[in-house]
Amino acid sequence: MIVTLLFMLVLAAVAGWWLLKHGLGSRPWLETDPAGPLPGPEPSLLPEAKLGLGVFLTVAAALLAMLVSSYLMRMDMEDWRPLPWPRLLWFNTGVLVLSSVALHGAVAAARREEMAGLRRGLLAGGAGAAVFLVGQLLAWRQLSAAGYRLSTNPADAFFYLVTAVHGLHVLGGLVALGRTVARLPDGRVTQRLRLSVELCATYWHFLLLAWLVLFALLAFSPSFLWLYEICTAPLR
Amino acid sequence: MSGMAPGADQAIPPAETAEVELYHPHSWLTKYVFSQDAKVIGIQYSLTAIAIGMVALVLSWLMRLQLGFPGTFSFIDANTYYQFITMHGMIMVVYLLTALFLGGFGNYLIPLMVGARDMVFPYVNMLSYWIYLLAVLVLVASFFVPGGPTGAGWTLYPPQAILSGTPGQEWGIILMLLSLALFIIGFTMGGLNYAVTVLQARARGMTLMRMPLTVWGIFTATVMALLAFPALFVGAVMMLFDRLLGTSFFMPTLVEMGQQLRYGGGSPILFQHLFWFFGHPEVYIVALPAFGIVSDLISTHARRNIFGYRMMVWAIVIIGALSFVVWAHHMYVSGMHPYFGFFFATTTLIIAIPTAIKVYNWVLTLWRGNIHLTLPMLFALAFIVTFVNGGLTGLFLGNVVVDVPLSDTMFVVAHFHMVMGVAPILVIFGGIYHWYPKITGRMMNEAMGQFHFWVTFLGAYAIFFPMHYLGLLGIPRRYHELGEMSFVPASAHDLNAFISIVALVVGFAQLVFLFNLAWSLRHGRLAGGNPWNATTLEWQTPETPPGHGNWGKELPVVYRWAYDYSVPGAEQDYLPQNHPGPARGTAGTAA
Ligand code: HEM
Ligand SMILES: [Cu+2]
Repeated sequence: MIVTLLFMLVLAAVAGWWLLKHGLGSRPWLETDPAGPLPGPEPSLLPEAKLGLGVFLTVAAALLAMLVSSYLMRMDMEDWRPLPWPRLLWFNTGVLVLSSVALHGAVAAARREEMAGLRRGLLAGGAGAAVFLVGQLLAWRQLSAAGYRLSTNPADAFFYLVTAVHGLHVLGGLVALGRTVARLPDGRVTQRLRLSVELCATYWHFLLLAWLVLFALLAFSPSFLWLYEICTAPLR
Repeated sequence: MSGMAPGADQAIPPAETAEVELYHPHSWLTKYVFSQDAKVIGIQYSLTAIAIGMVALVLSWLMRLQLGFPGTFSFIDANTYYQFITMHGMIMVVYLLTALFLGGFGNYLIPLMVGARDMVFPYVNMLSYWIYLLAVLVLVASFFVPGGPTGAGWTLYPPQAILSGTPGQEWGIILMLLSLALFIIGFTMGGLNYAVTVLQARARGMTLMRMPLTVWGIFTATVMALLAFPALFVGAVMMLFDRLLGTSFFMPTLVEMGQQLRYGGGSPILFQHLFWFFGHPEVYIVALPAFGIVSDLISTHARRNIFGYRMMVWAIVIIGALSFVVWAHHMYVSGMHPYFGFFFATTTLIIAIPTAIKVYNWVLTLWRGNIHLTLPMLFALAFIVTFVNGGLTGLFLGNVVVDVPLSDTMFVVAHFHMVMGVAPILVIFGGIYHWYPKITGRMMNEAMGQFHFWVTFLGAYAIFFPMHYLGLLGIPRRYHELGEMSFVPASAHDLNAFISIVALVVGFAQLVFLFNLAWSLRHGRLAGGNPWNATTLEWQTPETPPGHGNWGKELPVVYRWAYDYSVPGAEQDYLPQNHPGPARGTAGTAA
């Protein structure tokens, strides 16, 4: 649970800093403001949807932290048999990176109000994510054909669980992206369109980051078990 | 305003909202059923929660009948008793308290109290309710499937939760986990709304430190719930995998009836960590809104500004943060490294400090206050007494050496019912009596309310206070029947019978309350817009009950904090938050 704790600590620090900045030290009972209705800090400038996405991503990150924690705790036991690492996953990772880059381009195009670039970016991003998902499914097939199924070993079970959770999030992202693309034929870069492109891009970057963390965890943690053991040694 | 960042004025909500921006219901169906209005959603949440809560209440009767008169009721055997315990505990904690405080009070009060027209994502908000309802229905369905609901205890510890000795192993546990997962998804949708609305949609002049403590409590609890529920979600999903797909996340190697099961290598302790990482914050998820609401009830009905507002806010935030680092005090008996035990015992005791500060501040607010013993006030006072009582026994249990012998006895049952069962429920009642006039435009009947209060308060004490003694005697919890235990004196059985009878009476009083809810809708005294002379924004709406969009044409502008009561020189004895003059209120009470 150490990872989860660290995650919470970071959140608490951010929240604490934010609250202090927003006048947690003020003395409301002394404030006499008959004239100015706007003392102190106001709600932030972010559009609601962006903040909403931010909060949602924090929740998703908490979920991730919980999974990572469980993984590390479980990995620590004797019967852990790491599974072979399908090459395909490297390819998938690359595709996901490209997909994220494409969406980044889409945002830039939307800012420049460039319809063609925007369309290209969105479609490329969507296609990349779709290819990623297909790739993940293929990786599952390869593993299970090689005899590593859900119920064979906890390491396998965790692999499937973690990739499934991530994949579902990507799928959800594709739905949102699809709805954004559906708005394209209007032919103009409206404020709303730009906002939804930006939201999609943020979500994509988050999923990429999440995948990189999970990838590192799944692929490399068995070789770094000794490090984990040193870190937790005083507590054994 | 000088020195404002360019574009800062965009952030200030315009005083008038264009008609088109508001969502408008077009038919009866979208107005009252598939409504996107937070007020309607709040009422839907509350009614659903109360309905499922009644199921939990009936289950508690059945358990008490069995404990008080063992052997008399042939339809309650050990299995059904476990099922009753489990469903009772889970419904009360998650589906009643959490849903009612955050989904019910949160939805109704947040937009009104911060001066917004609605939640920021009304559609998602509506989905949140319907998913919650689905979760409740799935839960109820588990009563009707073969094998009945799960009897694993509300903590659902594996491996026993999914082994064949436990009732409900076939379907009950699956539906329970599914229902929890749904609940969490639904809650997350709602929680996004509550958090972002508080952050983003406050009226002009409503700084964070001018928000009523109710909003602070609900807001902090929402943030906590958003972060704590994922742990339960992960746990539930992993257990579903274990049960359905044969993985072994939590299932160790097991031999059942001489047969080795297909499981192997899982860690039950891992589930305990995940469960309590959710479970402990959960206690404060229901406690913090209660803290907030109680502060406002006390301040309003004692006509006194809340003592130490700033400290109250800080305490809420600090309790929220600390409650994430105490979870393992529920696992002392599972065994852990002594360093961990020490760490968790210490953090548990530290949390008592901000909590105690809050209690002192309530008492100091009451001190020399002009106390009106209205129904909300009675419930608020009862809350303080009950909460202090439960909190004190909590300090005992927070210590490893005391906890180990008392663990799994009736002492624990008494403790947590006092602190997180009865206390928050009392606040819910107080809150309903307080806000009912705003919701319906009519007061609730006073005589029925008094009856309800005294029977509930004294009854709850009569039920749970003696349980401490039973626990000290060593009477175990979660036992269907005591049987012949030499250390149990005959008087303990009499006490059990007494408790059971009181439990039935208290349950009956809740029916009176429900009747009052319905009766006052038609026959209650007309309330007017602000019957309690309260300062907070929800009482200043142009219409009562508040209309669609809450504020008529113009959003309110906030000039002061929420606690200007007994202001010298004011026409009435208070100044609403949106009241521009006269200069100063009750300065002088320092935080
Ligand atoms: C009239 C009110 C209530 C009565 C008479 C009552 C009675 C009981 C009884 C007899 C048990 C089982 C004790 C055992 O054998 O271990 C129990 C367990 C429990 N109750 Fe209540 N209860 C009431 C209200 C509440 C409320 C409002 C809550 C909300 C938090 C609550 C939460 C729980 C929990 C979490 C358990 C533990 C379940 C388990 O062991 O898995 N109860 N209650
Ligand atoms: Cu706890």
